[in-house]
Amino acid sequence: MMRMLSCKEASMLLSQSQDRSLGWLERLALRIHLGLCDGCRNFRRQLEIIRNVVRRYRER
Amino acid sequence: MSASDDPDLQQYRPYLLRYAMLQLRDREQAEDAVQETLLAALAGSAQFSGKSSRKTWLTGILKHKIIDTMRRNAREQPLAAGDEETDAGAIGAMFKEDGHWTEFPADWGDPERAFENSKFWEVFELCAKIMTPRIARAFMMRELMELTTEEICKELAVTPTNLWVMLHRARLSLRECLEVKWFGGAGR
Repeated sequence: MMRMLSCKEASMLLSQSQDRSLGWLERLALRIHLGLCDGCRNFRRQLEIIRNVVRRYRER
Repeated sequence: MSASDDPDLQQYRPYLLRYAMLQLRDREQAEDAVQETLLAALAGSAQFSGKSSRKTWLTGILKHKIIDTMRRNAREQPLAAGDEETDAGAIGAMFKEDGHWTEFPADWGDPERAFENSKFWEVFELCAKIMTPRIARAFMMRELMELTTEEICKELAVTPTNLWVMLHRARLSLRECLEVKWFGGAGR
């Protein structure tokens, strides 16, 4: 039985997924958390936007 | 002829300066890095193969100049040595005791509208500026210069785990600032 991730843990993994490949257990735990958590789904989207913000700023 | 007279190179100066400023956060150092880049480009223009774009080629030179500058800075005036506890504390402040968000991240909608608004870019500059220097430096090495985590760890002499925590802290800080100052309300 896998323990549920907290938002704090899930957000850390989401951030790390921009810097390393997550293991399958991490991906599974994240998927379960994201299925239940709007806030962390928003955060995942925000991370993508932030990455784009820096690139767009640079190329502007 | 000096680099500052060459119109071909000159047109890239604003781009290069914006790039250098975001990473170095110091006008004088950024200007110097750009000037050195243009001089090196002029001296080495024979080596420009034309395989990459001129902009990419100049950016490559600038990256080296910026890294040289950061190394010099680190020798002369080391940044306050951060530690894992400081970073963990800053991250912890964004969450409640039970691990839930203190402020639930909002739906930012379509960012294209923000990107087209010059006011948004002022907000971004402000949000980048208020990041802790040590954190901002790591974040920009990753997101602006697009260095690999291995390269950044080597350059900053930190472990991958340290770096992940620093980058996470940076993203949370930027996220909060952009949400408060733009996506959450007024600007959008």
